[in-house]
Amino acid sequence: MSAPVLCASEVSMVFGGLVALDSVSLELHSGQIVGLIGPNGAGKTTFFNCLTGLYVPTKGRVELSGSVLPKDPAKVTVAGIARTFQNIRLFPSMTALENVLVGRHIRTKQGPLSTLLHGPSFRHGERAARSRAQELLAFVGLSTVHDELARNLPYGDQRRLEIARALATEPTVLLLDEPTAGMNPQETEATRQLIFAIRDTGVSVVVIEHDTKFIFSLCDRVSVLVQGRLLVQGSPEEVRGDPRVIEAYLGKPPEEVAEIVEEAENE
Amino acid sequence: MAAYLEQLVNGLVLGSIIGLIALGYTMVYGVIQLINFAHGEVFMVGAYASLACYLWILPPDLAGTWYIALPAMILFGSLVAALLAIAMERFAYRPLRGAPRLAPLITALGVSVFLQEVVRLFFPDAKQAKPYPTPFIEGGITVHLGDGQFTIAYIRILLVVVAIGLAALLQLYISRSRMGRAMRAIANDPDTARLMGINPDRIIVWTFVIGAVLAGVAGVFYGGYQNTINTDMGFQNGIFAFTAAVLGGIGSIRGAVVGAMIIGVVKTIAGQLPFLGGTQYDYVWIFVVLIFMLVFRPQGFFGETERVRA
Repeated sequence: MSAPVLCASEVSMVFGGLVALDSVSLELHSGQIVGLIGPNGAGKTTFFNCLTGLYVPTKGRVELSGSVLPKDPAKVTVAGIARTFQNIRLFPSMTALENVLVGRHIRTKQGPLSTLLHGPSFRHGERAARSRAQELLAFVGLSTVHDELARNLPYGDQRRLEIARALATEPTVLLLDEPTAGMNPQETEATRQLIFAIRDTGVSVVVIEHDTKFIFSLCDRVSVLVQGRLLVQGSPEEVRGDPRVIEAYLGKPPEEVAEIVEEAENE
Repeated sequence: MAAYLEQLVNGLVLGSIIGLIALGYTMVYGVIQLINFAHGEVFMVGAYASLACYLWILPPDLAGTWYIALPAMILFGSLVAALLAIAMERFAYRPLRGAPRLAPLITALGVSVFLQEVVRLFFPDAKQAKPYPTPFIEGGITVHLGDGQFTIAYIRILLVVVAIGLAALLQLYISRSRMGRAMRAIANDPDTARLMGINPDRIIVWTFVIGAVLAGVAGVFYGGYQNTINTDMGFQNGIFAFTAAVLGGIGSIRGAVVGAMIIGVVKTIAGQLPFLGGTQYDYVWIFVVLIFMLVFRPQGFFGETERVRA
């Protein structure tokens, strides 16, 4: 197999005395969709923050296409990692189109002077940025709400707008933090199709989700995080059948619980 | 009647100067929620720099030609103001970004006093008011109304046109350009903006520079209209400009201009009305208007009520 696009090796993150991540490794190959699941507080979002430069890992390293990530989140985005957020973080008082245009910021060049002079390079660049932003809105299925303020959009649309904004930065790796949270089954299915479509444009994707059915039907590989550690990593089939995963999510199987109860009663 | 009309015009002229300064307050506040109380001093330094340009840089035979002198003075005044704003942001405010809001506010007051004293002590003869040339064609348009008449100097007309034109340009810049969008993104949510690859430092410096250039322009016109400048001018007009920004809704471009025009007109008209106390009390009425605004519409004309981010 070719070299991975994104490679996190033994990433640890310690806050004071709390070990949020304990040597977590993850490889993402070109064209893959990798799922990251785990109970609340397992460290999934912390891991994303380490991948986007928001946190500098206490130990371990993250490489994108073979080079170590810069420490500034702005430069990480330029390098090619984009993300969405578990709690939606759009620019609320800007329109949908403007939100996507902000995503275009790093891929456009007009400086202060060319804007003031309003020369051909400015008009051309601005027009190109706008038409790209409109394409992206259409791609995520938001072509009718260009001029709506982000804060007035329905919840599901806000999630899709975040994806469009992230795609506007032209990432090689897209990180989605709970993209279907709060969505109904139809919207969830649409999002699944959207992620496939994004993968087909050549972007590799990492998805955090609680909805295991969604993850198993979407991802090529799945990693399970529990209390900051990587519990299991493998294909959806392998992970689904693994008793440790079932235990982490549901507790011990009923027979075992019955045994424990029996033992306790006998004492 | 002519006297009132004259005062109305004077009010708009004064409002234009205050408005140019107020734009700097409102821009910086809009982007990083800092009330830059030293902004009035940027205006003052711009005026002194343009005077220096007239006295010592322009060759004497060109200093009398307005279409060379005026642009040269505006350019030089704005340039110095912009450099000052860059230094101010870099050394006084950037180290305090993320500190509680009170810290940069107090720093701004300190910077303000510092700049006043530096100019007062080191600009030749700046301890008294300095005479300022009129860098424009003398004369004006005479208006006849009934049995009265008054003259509006050309420089005043030019000032109003320039102020409103620049404000409109700025509004367009912020709403339609790449840099303007980046500014609004930072105003909305600086952390997310950084994650979109926007470097907040560059955008914030640029915000300060735009404000300073407008203050520099205001400085030249203020000198040309008052005929003298002094080191207190920044403090006094800075307070009016800040009041204007609050009246209009701080953070709003339109608001700053509308607020400034209201202040200008209230001051000149109140000065004309004996039962309001005449010119002795004209400042009082400005702040009476402010107090009413704060009681009945604290967010100002165009301001949004502050939302706490979820």
